[in-house]
Amino acid sequence: MLQGGLILAASFVYLGLLFAVAYYGDRRADAGRSIISNPYFYALSLAVYCTAWTFYGSVGRAASTGLDFLTIYLGPTILAPLWWLIVRKMIRVSKRQRITSIADFIASRYGKSAVLGGAVTIVAVAGIVPYIALQLKAISTSFTVASTYPDTAALTNAGGAAVPLLADTALYVALLLALFTVLFGARHLDASERHEGMVAAVAFESLVKLVAFLAVGLFVTFGLYQGFGDLFSRAAERADLRALMTLEPSASVFGEWAWLSFLSMLAILFLPRQFQVAVVENVNEQHLKKGIWLFPLYLILINIFVLPIALAGMMYFPDGTVEADMFVLALPLESEQPLLAVLVFIGGLSAATAMVIVATTALATMVCNDLVMPVLLRTKALRLQERTQLTGLLLGIRRSSIVVVLLLSFIYFRMVEGHYTLVSIGLISFAAVAQFAPAILGGLYWKRGTHAGALWGLLAGFLVWAYTLPAPSFAEAGLLPHSFVEEGPWGWAFLHPHALFGLDGWSPVAHGLFWSLLVNVGLYVGLSFKTQPTAVEHSQARAFVDALPVSSRATVWRGQASVTELRQLLSRFLGHRAATQGLKRFANAQGIDTTQPTWEDHLPANARLMHHAEKLLTGAIGSASAHVVVGSVVNAEPLNLEEVMDILDETQQMIAHSRELERKKRELEQATQRLQAANAKLQELDRLKDDFISTVTHELRTPLTSIRAFSEIMYDNPDLSAEQRQEFLEVIIKEEERLTRLINQVLDLQKLEAEPMTVKVEPVSLRTIIDEAVQAMSQQMEAAGVTCTVEVPDEEPGTVEGDRDRLKQVLLNLLSNAFKFCDDTDGRIVVTLRSRAEDVQIDVADNGPGIDLDEQDSIFERFQQARSKARAGSSGSGLGLTIAQRIILEHNGDIWVESTPGEGATFSFTVPRTHATDPTGDGAPATPDPTASDSSPATSPIT
Amino acid sequence: MKRQRLIALFVLGFLLFNYPLLSLFSVEAFVLGVPVLYLYLFAAWGGFVWLLARIVEAPEATASSRPDPAPPPTD
Repeated sequence: MLQGGLILAASFVYLGLLFAVAYYGDRRADAGRSIISNPYFYALSLAVYCTAWTFYGSVGRAASTGLDFLTIYLGPTILAPLWWLIVRKMIRVSKRQRITSIADFIASRYGKSAVLGGAVTIVAVAGIVPYIALQLKAISTSFTVASTYPDTAALTNAGGAAVPLLADTALYVALLLALFTVLFGARHLDASERHEGMVAAVAFESLVKLVAFLAVGLFVTFGLYQGFGDLFSRAAERADLRALMTLEPSASVFGEWAWLSFLSMLAILFLPRQFQVAVVENVNEQHLKKGIWLFPLYLILINIFVLPIALAGMMYFPDGTVEADMFVLALPLESEQPLLAVLVFIGGLSAATAMVIVATTALATMVCNDLVMPVLLRTKALRLQERTQLTGLLLGIRRSSIVVVLLLSFIYFRMVEGHYTLVSIGLISFAAVAQFAPAILGGLYWKRGTHAGALWGLLAGFLVWAYTLPAPSFAEAGLLPHSFVEEGPWGWAFLHPHALFGLDGWSPVAHGLFWSLLVNVGLYVGLSFKTQPTAVEHSQARAFVDALPVSSRATVWRGQASVTELRQLLSRFLGHRAATQGLKRFANAQGIDTTQPTWEDHLPANARLMHHAEKLLTGAIGSASAHVVVGSVVNAEPLNLEEVMDILDETQQMIAHSRELERKKRELEQATQRLQAANAKLQELDRLKDDFISTVTHELRTPLTSIRAFSEIMYDNPDLSAEQRQEFLEVIIKEEERLTRLINQVLDLQKLEAEPMTVKVEPVSLRTIIDEAVQAMSQQMEAAGVTCTVEVPDEEPGTVEGDRDRLKQVLLNLLSNAFKFCDDTDGRIVVTLRSRAEDVQIDVADNGPGIDLDEQDSIFERFQQARSKARAGSSGSGLGLTIAQRIILEHNGDIWVESTPGEGATFSFTVPRTHATDPTGDGAPATPDPTASDSSPATSPIT
Repeated sequence: MKRQRLIALFVLGFLLFNYPLLSLFSVEAFVLGVPVLYLYLFAAWGGFVWLLARIVEAPEATASSRPDPAPPPTD
């Protein structure tokens, strides 16, 4: 009735929508605005529990055995109150220990054992494969039904063997789901293994499947019938349907009911996909609060119409032409409701895909992290330890695991297809994950559980499970001799897989669950007592068992201790005064008059006093030690291992604390030293600043004085000769020029010091700069008869990185310096450029009187020239060389002077070819620090 | 407190949804046209969830993380 193409199109549109939801979820997560960080999303994602089994299989089960399909949902409901204790603990442990899968969880608990992690992974894969097969079966069957109805031949083709491999819808479903799971769960690697997009999609799917199922339920109940009353009363007319409304009052029926409830309680906790959504993907522990009751509410809603649909199906298809598992889809098809049928198909698809995506993602994480990687890392030949980038490899393993798991499921589906209903396949998986129960529950609540117990219990339970549950299904599918299920192996009836040791009359699931858990728990407990936990196991056991804050050690002291003893104890640890005060407080609270000298005699030597003493001691020596110390007075019980561990723990923490304190103290001392140094430097700077100001004012006063003196002479003597007046005015102008120059240079220097880092870095040709500087001075030099020679190697541009204007200023300062001091009659200046690999050196030589050796060190200091007698009478500010030095230091270069008195002086500087910023970040150029010149090589070049 | 209430509720759930209480309702009778067992199961289920929500969503003051008061005297 429905076109196959239409269904396919609807499916692809739906899957596309799903992917959009996931993509949006991932984007929001990346942006830090998680949409799944919301208790309602969390509750909906928990509903990944409801798979195609719920959607199609429940009706099938209800049609054959009545209400017992509900056990699968009542179990989780009954257990829900305990989630607050168990799941919260699992979440807390997992967050603390960065656990990302159930295999990780068990392996961590028992000493981070790789072997155990691998074993859990194998059990999980073997157990979940049938479950995934169930989803494949549901999708492919529902597709066949939807596209061929009412050609019922396809429906009754129960054997399924006739379909050739490549024509099998399930194969394509499996491949498509593999692709989808890779896109959802293994697109990229995330250290926390959280998949926000996937969870968003799963929550969305939970809504879709609920809406679809409610829609078909309402349609059947109120569309095909006139409500519940009508439907039930019509069904009650048939004896076989009436039987479905009650439970047969027999021990086996109620026993089965209890076993299935119990099984589903374990499943909801330990199914890898439930662990994934409830624990790994949990964003906030508080979301659990809503999840705890919303999830059972969801279960009520999705189950309320199961029995009505089953009864209606039985009435509509009384001859068994339609498999009961497909009633949900067949009823709308039969009543010609194509839209509803498509909705139902999409709902079933939702239920199945959500399960497959989450389950295979969880399994792939386990296979990769707990099975393949440990083996690869241990294989020395691969040298994986040395590789730094394993992301690609990890993703590759994840993706291949997803494909392999789905193909395995497909193979399983082909093998047992047609022999089993959806529910019975799913129950086999439930029984497999139930094998994790002893190791996990024991691990969470029993510190004594050991690695050997967990491992051997798990493996033995798994073997019994394999023997009693999947093996018979293989036998029925013809893969094992059929006699295996009929008479037991080799005809040994006591080994019959459905009646081991003669335990007959149980359903296969209850039977398999009983024996496997018996062996599992027996070995877990027995071996745990027989083996000793290692140190790692012991500390992990404590981390797991004590994960939730324990209410204070509610010990009731039983023995009697004398008040004197307790008092001595307290004095020993707390000192006499504190002990007396502590006891006084207690006595006051007890209504004892402490003003009397004998008040201590009135203290009751009871448990309350001991508890009080313990509390007092806890403040001083920690709770564990306090407990033991008080215990030592009360009775001489020897320390047990746990108490020793407690004490060690506390001591360890205290040591860590005191180490931390020590470190802080050292840091503080260092900081103080640095502060003192900085302070000394500041004082020095302050002093230098004062010197500078007094020097500058002194320098300013000299020209000012002479200007004033000459002006006064002219003012007082109006009858001065024109010639003399001219001469005086000349002096005034000259002095005024000197004043201006001085002020300009002071400003220059201040600017350099105020913004030292504003060096513009650009390629600069020093050759060009020399030419320009010499050009600028040429007129002045020619007038004074000074010859200037430039010696630059041919074609050598002398390119460096630096600030063009400032470098030019350096050269100008050096040139004018040389000009001022060169020989009066035959002044000669030689500028030389030397090019080297790393830097360029420029020398400016003059033939003046030279500089005394003892002055060479301080020639670059401010106003140095002014103090030098040898330079007396020269006109200069005394700041030119200081400015030149500062600029060169900013360029990370050197500047120095070489001179033999009487034979002239040569000022040289170098500039590095590339301008590297000072790596320490506080180099000389960065600080306006006159003392820097003391330590700079510029001042002591002749060493 | 919360912890204890939740454990008590778990026990109640075990009793409500198992033999023998179930067998009391497993009779061929109808209330408002609905089979008694079916009605009982869903009504009990709904009531259970209602209780669960009340306990879990109760204010944090009764949370189990609060330390217990001092132990009672033994004398």
